[in-house]
Amino acid sequence: MAYSEKVLDHYENPRNVGAFGKEDDGVGTGMVGAPACGDVMKLQIKVGKDGIIEDAKFKTYGCGSAIASSSLVTEWVKGKTLDQALEIKNTAIAEELALPPVKIHCSILAEDAIKAAVEDYKKKHNG
Amino acid sequence: MFAPVYLDHNATTPLDPAVREAMRPWFGERFGNASSRHEYGRAARKAIDEARAQVAAAVGAHPTEVLFTSGGSEANNLFIKGAAALMKPGRIAVSAIEHPCVREPARQLVRQGWQFDEIAVDGAGRIDPVAFEACLAGKPKLVSIMLANNETGVIQDVAAHARAVRAAGGWMHCDAVQALGKVKVDFRALGVQGLTLSAHKIYGPLGAGALVIDKRVELAPLVAGGGQERNLRSGTENVMAIVGFGKACELAAAAVETRAMQMAALQQRLEAGLASMGAQIFAADARRLPNTTFFAIGGVDGETLVGKLDRAGFAVASGSACSSANPEPSHTLMAMGVEAGLARSAVRVSFGAGSTGRDVDDFLTALGENLAGLRTLAAMAV
Amino acid sequence: MLKFPIYLDYSATTPVDPRVAEKMIPYLTELFGNPASRSHAFGWTAEKAVEEAREDVAALVGADSKEIIWTSGATESNNLAIKGAAHFYSGKGKHIITLKTEHKAVLDTVRELERVGFEATYLDVKEDGLIDLDVLKAAIRPDTVLVSVMFVNNEVGVIQPIAEIGEICREKGIIFHVDAAQATGKVEIDLSKLKVDLMSFSAHKTYGPKGIGALYVRRKPRVRLEAQMHGGGHERGLRSGTLATHQIVGMGEAFRLARLEMAEENKRVGALRDRLLKGLSQIEETFVNGDMVHRVPHNLNISFAYVEGESLIMAIKDIAVSSGSACTSASLEPSYVLRALGRNDELAHSSIRFTIGRFTTDEEIDYTIDLLQRKVGKLRELSPLWDMFKEGIDLDTVQWAAH
Repeated sequence: MAYSEKVLDHYENPRNVGAFGKEDDGVGTGMVGAPACGDVMKLQIKVGKDGIIEDAKFKTYGCGSAIASSSLVTEWVKGKTLDQALEIKNTAIAEELALPPVKIHCSILAEDAIKAAVEDYKKKHNG
Repeated sequence: MFAPVYLDHNATTPLDPAVREAMRPWFGERFGNASSRHEYGRAARKAIDEARAQVAAAVGAHPTEVLFTSGGSEANNLFIKGAAALMKPGRIAVSAIEHPCVREPARQLVRQGWQFDEIAVDGAGRIDPVAFEACLAGKPKLVSIMLANNETGVIQDVAAHARAVRAAGGWMHCDAVQALGKVKVDFRALGVQGLTLSAHKIYGPLGAGALVIDKRVELAPLVAGGGQERNLRSGTENVMAIVGFGKACELAAAAVETRAMQMAALQQRLEAGLASMGAQIFAADARRLPNTTFFAIGGVDGETLVGKLDRAGFAVASGSACSSANPEPSHTLMAMGVEAGLARSAVRVSFGAGSTGRDVDDFLTALGENLAGLRTLAAMAV
Repeated sequence: MLKFPIYLDYSATTPVDPRVAEKMIPYLTELFGNPASRSHAFGWTAEKAVEEAREDVAALVGADSKEIIWTSGATESNNLAIKGAAHFYSGKGKHIITLKTEHKAVLDTVRELERVGFEATYLDVKEDGLIDLDVLKAAIRPDTVLVSVMFVNNEVGVIQPIAEIGEICREKGIIFHVDAAQATGKVEIDLSKLKVDLMSFSAHKTYGPKGIGALYVRRKPRVRLEAQMHGGGHERGLRSGTLATHQIVGMGEAFRLARLEMAEENKRVGALRDRLLKGLSQIEETFVNGDMVHRVPHNLNISFAYVEGESLIMAIKDIAVSSGSACTSASLEPSYVLRALGRNDELAHSSIRFTIGRFTTDEEIDYTIDLLQRKVGKLRELSPLWDMFKEGIDLDTVQWAAH
């Protein structure tokens, strides 16, 4: 399997690895995928009072493309409003990382992770 | 130093030094299994792909049409049995002078309900037009005719036969093992659906062959398990031999015309000499490979003569290599209607790229010397 | 000096031993004859070399050289043995027994026979990868004609009880075939004692060249086969096709060296394997696949929990290993062998097969241990599953979103 330079870069030097306290009021947590499918992504966003995503962290169990996709979206969501974050499409992720067709599902999972994290945050606040 | 002169290139050829060089790294650090995903495996896969392109280019085929096998016999078996396995039984026809590795698998099909026909040849070893027409009237589903015969060197008009077979609704296979490297072989121009090639007849290694296959023909594999070669031929690829085969094909395609001219000159010189000794040259009137001369000298046993020649330092054959274990006279000659006694006198000389005019002259001298002795013996026996 | 990637995939293929290569070279130069040429010295020399090699192959496995048939490799040997015997004896019955953990060359061949009217039973193995003899006995039917069980598994290296299976089969008059591709040079094979009827061999797993293998066909009591490759009648009519002299000579020499050196080599290789096992066992949550006692000395197959298989392979590209059998690793299917041992898909995906060989050094093993410790650690840092495990969550109880 030939990986693109960008996938390799994110895989070798993943950005924003880690976790926030789940209970933290300003944190939204999204966990998507399943071990049996070969990928589990956990994406967390920390949202400021102004509704802007201040920070993001991830942990991913998955192939190099899954790790790269989640690492990339932690960079992309920072500084965005929740609505703007929801506009990030898997096609943009796949294009940025030059994912081959068999790895497109990794970008879909990353998009799903954003949605799940935003939803979790909204649930806490609109509950 | 005593170095025998090798004049049996239709049995097998020495390895070209350039082919040996291409193979050498695969004895050493490049030993991966082409199915492995790591660097060693990928290097092997790449080398196989390159060899496939070389083989394809040599016969004007597309690389995806080339399936590697362990040799010509397996390629012939694969086409005949593999294609038949996925068809309803019908007729299969092969020429009466095919190599056993075409004839035998075809004959095996009888047990599965097929009808097996042999297409007769004329006295010069060419497909008999009347017999061929009669065969087509039976609407054969599979027909196999060799491009060049291993014993007589007779070249068949395979392109014309293929057109007729296609028009009659059958698939045409051609064993081109002896023709490759000696005359131009073009998959598309021949218009056949299966073409068998072998490495060791063109200065490549033993252990590698190929079936060039028109993908419209569905094949069942002969060897299952592992899924290599588009699932049509499983088993860890013999990378070293495949690399050698690729290189040999490249060299053969580049040199075919010059080699053919050189060998034709030797053939002429040899046959002139043989004629002066009263030898009969089989299929003399037919279009033949430029390197092959199959002859007999009446009253002189072929086996005995090649034994004498071997001791005199000349390696020649008395029949085709594979069947030389059995004392039966040449199947090809029988099919041509040659009388059994004369057939038992048959000797085959087949030149190679390294053969020289001096070899021919020395051979003729040795032949003359041995003949004198043998004729005396024969006369005494009478 | 370490050379990268470090080769630890000796069960996929081995390099040709330089001594083997040396023996082969003359047959690629001046001794190039066709062994079937009966009319001159080129042919006789080649034929003599072929027969000497046949003796060497027979000697390693306690057979008579007349019982050895050359083929293009173990895959062809397996095809010839299974299809050849099944068809020849089909008058007696049409039931075949084999294991779920066999190599594809056996499984696909048996499946092919199923398509033409045979019936097959694929036996489960125990969690340690070994056959349960009672399960085998229970599966035998009056119409069972053939049992095929591999000597050594290619993925987990376990050694099946061939002697015991042989007794059972012989008593019932069932033909017994053994795929020994992974066994030569690793375990003692004595066909004068084993009640095995057919045995497949490969050269390239034992430091010989690719493209050559052999099939042992017992003469007493005589086993008959239907040929699968027809033509010039080579190999007593069982396998037609020009013999590749240099490859045969290479296989003979490789097997001769194995016979002379296997006892010493297995000690050395076994020590390296144990060193590797000790080092990797220091990593938490690792699981050895397959029995460690009935196992060839050069194989170690370990699952690393909570890391994903493909990212693991990517992380350790300094070493050349297999994450399944070489023949199926092009697809991302989890290894069917590990599944048969009861491993779930995740553990099967994150398993690595290390196979050590003649040219492996202490230094390479130490580097490998260090590499795995670092990279598994790094991937677990990245793994949400590892966090959950550390928090004491049982992952099997988690409701995962459908994906």
